[in-house]
Amino acid sequence: MTSYDLSASTFSPDGRVFQVEYAMKAVENSSTAIGIRCKDGVVFGVEKLVLSKLYEQGSNKRIFNVDRHVGMAVAGLLADARSLSEVAREEASNFRSNYGHNIPLKYLSERVAMYVHAYTLYSAVRPFGCSFIFGSYDQDDGPQLYMVDPSGISFGYWGCAIGKAKQAAKTEIEKLQMKDMTCRELVKEVAKIIYIVHDEVKDKAFELELSWVGEVTNGKHELVPKDIRVEAEKYAKEKTEDGSSTL
Amino acid sequence: MERHLMDSKIKGVSTGTTILAVTFNGGVIIGSDSRASIGGYYVSSKTINKLIQVHDRIFCCIAGSLADAQAVTKAAKFQISFHSIQMESPPLVKAAASVLKELCYNNKEELQAGFITAGWDRKKGPQVYTVALGGMLLSQPFTIGGSGSTYIYGYADAKYKPDMSKEECLQFATNALALAMGRDNVSGGVAHLVVITEEGLEHVVIPGDKLPKFHDE
Repeated sequence: MTSYDLSASTFSPDGRVFQVEYAMKAVENSSTAIGIRCKDGVVFGVEKLVLSKLYEQGSNKRIFNVDRHVGMAVAGLLADARSLSEVAREEASNFRSNYGHNIPLKYLSERVAMYVHAYTLYSAVRPFGCSFIFGSYDQDDGPQLYMVDPSGISFGYWGCAIGKAKQAAKTEIEKLQMKDMTCRELVKEVAKIIYIVHDEVKDKAFELELSWVGEVTNGKHELVPKDIRVEAEKYAKEKTEDGSSTL
Repeated sequence: MERHLMDSKIKGVSTGTTILAVTFNGGVIIGSDSRASIGGYYVSSKTINKLIQVHDRIFCCIAGSLADAQAVTKAAKFQISFHSIQMESPPLVKAAASVLKELCYNNKEELQAGFITAGWDRKKGPQVYTVALGGMLLSQPFTIGGSGSTYIYGYADAKYKPDMSKEECLQFATNALALAMGRDNVSGGVAHLVVITEEGLEHVVIPGDKLPKFHDE
């Protein structure tokens, strides 16, 4: 088994590309990120583990702007994620330059996925060790949410989670009736889910990174304003303080 | 104005021309004459097509050097078609106009062609875009172009109304073309008009002798 996993250009006898699977393991080692699509927008929440007290607050961001109307939350090897965010930004910028309008999210997600996939074909390079969740809002197409994983596939979602607690997060997300919720209601629920899946024992301090894009922000992807974030965290702490922290 | 002065410098066949596009309530009408000339003294074609279809509901009218215009629209048609298939939806008129603009702007040293892009899309409905010689892109409710347009600016400005009905708009476009073709020596032949709406396309061809006549004709 070991000799089939040395390069991405080799299949194993049972038809797997081990390098890609190992890349997905790298994502699973990272802390959790979730994205949920609601009636009028998309909300991202990231459990940003604070590894040192010396870090400046708000540094090491895990949520990026790809274009004015598109946000991207990442999990996995951050250096890979940052370089791919540049790829996504160029894709969006070139599209706007050629066609004069905002890039549709489905198309952006497919283009980034194609790029990620290219790195799973050759032995000279390694696959990217990160997954992303893209979200956007447009007046005509409404809110959109797509996820790209290291194998280079992209799917549209109403809610998705990546990182170490993705199973637990998915369970919580499935309980929500997101199609009927607004962004303002959803922000609190996203904060709550991050607090629920956060493992107090293994990972001590964490910062909650929250961002949204929707009718409430006029189609612009931005970090949730401080007062709303504080309110959401308060709600999350209340809901998780009654003993039901991790599942 | 610049197109009128530029025409005489165009080597080979030029479309000294009258082209226009006008939005109305529910669609857009795009129209042109059909004369191709060399130097303003020889008519090389009396029946040339200046209304190029670049997609199901998007048309371009061409002005300037015929060779340049045909080359650009051919490239644009391919790009727009590919883009539409990748997007899995009909292209926006703005996207089509942007493709033309990129081609004109990036090759501005070599090219001498201007366009009017007009069409209908689901997002913004009927739209008209001018792509000028150097690659400027401008959205307008209606626009006129080509050497013949200089003679009808007054008529167009005075007679255009927003939200016309299809019949009113057809009459406006036909009159404008007839007036321009009547005064510009390098515009003439037949008047081609295409009505573009959500439902489909309607080609109207009016031979020169059936065009509206004005006081001295």
